[in-house]
Amino acid sequence: MAYFRSHVLVCNDPECLGKGSMEIMAALEAELKKQGLNNEVEVLDTPRIGSCENGPEILVYPEGHHYLHLQKNDIPYLVEEQFLKGRAVEELLAKPKTDAAQELREPTEKEVRVVLRNCGEINPENIEDYIAADGYAALAKVISETKPDQVIENIKNSGLRGRGGAGFPTWLKWSLTRKAEGSKKFVVCNADEGDPGAFMNRSVLEGDPHSVVEGMTIAAYAIGASQGYIYCRAEYPIAVRTVNIAIDQARELGLLGKHIFGTDFTFDLEVRQGAGAFVCGEETALIASIEGKRGEPRPRPPFPAAEGVFGYPTNINNVETYANVPQILLKGPEWFASMGTEKSKGTKTFALAGDVKNTGLIEVPFGITLREIIYDVGGGIKNDRPFKAVQTGGPMGGCLPENYLDLPVDYEKLTEAGSIMGSGGMVVMDDETCMVDIARFFMEFIQDESCGKCVPCRVGTRRMLEILTRICDGEGRDGDIELLESLSDEIREDSLCGLGKGAPNPVVITLNHFRHEYEVHIYNKECPAKVCRALINYEINPANCVGCTLCAKNCPVDAISGERKQTHVIDPDICIRCGICKQVCNFDAVVVK
Amino acid sequence: MNAIKSLEDLKKIREQALEKRKLKETSGAAQVIVGMGTCGIAAGARETMKAILDYIEKNNIENVIVTQTGCIGLCEQEPIVQVAIGETEKITYGKVIGEVAEKIVAEHVVNGNVVKDFIIAA
Repeated sequence: MAYFRSHVLVCNDPECLGKGSMEIMAALEAELKKQGLNNEVEVLDTPRIGSCENGPEILVYPEGHHYLHLQKNDIPYLVEEQFLKGRAVEELLAKPKTDAAQELREPTEKEVRVVLRNCGEINPENIEDYIAADGYAALAKVISETKPDQVIENIKNSGLRGRGGAGFPTWLKWSLTRKAEGSKKFVVCNADEGDPGAFMNRSVLEGDPHSVVEGMTIAAYAIGASQGYIYCRAEYPIAVRTVNIAIDQARELGLLGKHIFGTDFTFDLEVRQGAGAFVCGEETALIASIEGKRGEPRPRPPFPAAEGVFGYPTNINNVETYANVPQILLKGPEWFASMGTEKSKGTKTFALAGDVKNTGLIEVPFGITLREIIYDVGGGIKNDRPFKAVQTGGPMGGCLPENYLDLPVDYEKLTEAGSIMGSGGMVVMDDETCMVDIARFFMEFIQDESCGKCVPCRVGTRRMLEILTRICDGEGRDGDIELLESLSDEIREDSLCGLGKGAPNPVVITLNHFRHEYEVHIYNKECPAKVCRALINYEINPANCVGCTLCAKNCPVDAISGERKQTHVIDPDICIRCGICKQVCNFDAVVVK
Repeated sequence: MNAIKSLEDLKKIREQALEKRKLKETSGAAQVIVGMGTCGIAAGARETMKAILDYIEKNNIENVIVTQTGCIGLCEQEPIVQVAIGETEKITYGKVIGEVAEKIVAEHVVNGNVVKDFIIAA
């Protein structure tokens, strides 16, 4: 088969045909032969290129040049320029399709991809792709040129803070672990990511695992550790697989193991899987789990930096924290510190979820406002419904109402507002959300996940859940709100770990901003958002009902009765408030009261 | 690849990898990249990948490289398939299920016509 260095596709769709595409094709072939190029450039006809209204049109590969409105006398010049001189003929080129050429994952201008820079751009199962994108160059630079103390100094100047939620200065943790006494030291990556709805870490582990491996190796070098663990939740089997492949590939190339880059530095990594406990995202519980014990937190001090895995000094950081490290050392701490706010430097990934149009993963510099995130990057509320609240920080975070939309997002500002940064979950809620139900939902989760070690958390959260459930069931009592408040205080003060201390947060903050909603539930036995099933009734509006029987046919409990073409009726005693009738009705006849 | 023992070794691998990528682009080969993060798989990316590979095999389409990538971030639009032919800009398609995958291979990869309906507009 002859090898052609270039192909020209000539559209011979009827419309182009009518405009003379056959003459164009003949002219092309003739001209190419004349120039001695007919063995290098193949001319093919093709059914449809796509712009026949601008025909005759041709497409030249491999350049992808799309020419329109061709005339016979354009051909000699075109052949000379395109095939002899290798230049496009600008005047004849089609204008670039602006919307087709722009993938959405050209991130919106508000996004800055540092941690996510390779996600979606490389094959995560191929270390070469990572290396081509400057992978492991930071490690090489650090090992050959930089002393461990200097590495820590660089991290300090970058302002990197732990991305797991607490925002503890990363350099300080590394420094404390480095200074701690121990015959060996460990580096641990917290990849438990227990917050419901959060998947930032998963995406990094699945899309760019080497960034974490490299970050951990650099940390190990700075601290003097020789062994590392990536504690990944078992609910992420693909991430576990991808990370293991990455570790194997790195080991093969000598980027993990003994004598990395020919020096004395030795470091190896292992994946340990979690087993479904949210509490194992807490560092001391995580360490217990690695050691093979039940995942229960313990009092601190001693902090893991002094006594961690098997009693040895351990540095434990979140996936995202490590993923930032190679870029900081390669591009310099000043580059990182140029983004963000005064105390919160750099970028943060967020998992945007809930009632927002563009759900997914975003990465933005600190300082961006909630409004920009939700409306500019997120595209606004689904179905353009009114905004009610946004939950930041996961189950221990808080829901911020409309008047906080212009809050710049950073650690301090979110804490001041009564919420937390958490690991980056952001759930957007529209006006059809009941805030009491939300508080109950998160309390249910926390109660389920409480390890049971300390009374305030184990018993306190159960009591709070009972109260919240009663309120949602229409059995709220006078004094419930005050009881919730005093329980919250006690649980926060007396719980052993972050799970307990943070458990009352959703209740506290929704009481703060949406107290009237609780009061309406308790005193009026109503749910303004029409969510709490015990407090709502589904009714059929006779004005709109045409008797199509669709609702009756779809009702799972046969609560609707009515003759064809007659107004239908829902029996409130049988109705389970599932909402299916409202969904299927084409006449807007079902109302929720 | 041999073990990396120095910065030069790393640089060499980087150069080689970049060369390989450039070669792929200038050869005019088509690259089809399927998002296989958990979000993609939950939306059916494995079936999409299979449909693409089956179609290519059945129709003996040459000069196509099919690879995978992680989560792009726009999970709402998964399964996501990106197509880059030679050095032309990558086109990103969303909600690529079943026949749409075949359509993209048939029309865009083979004939160079983008499938407008499924492009993710900005």
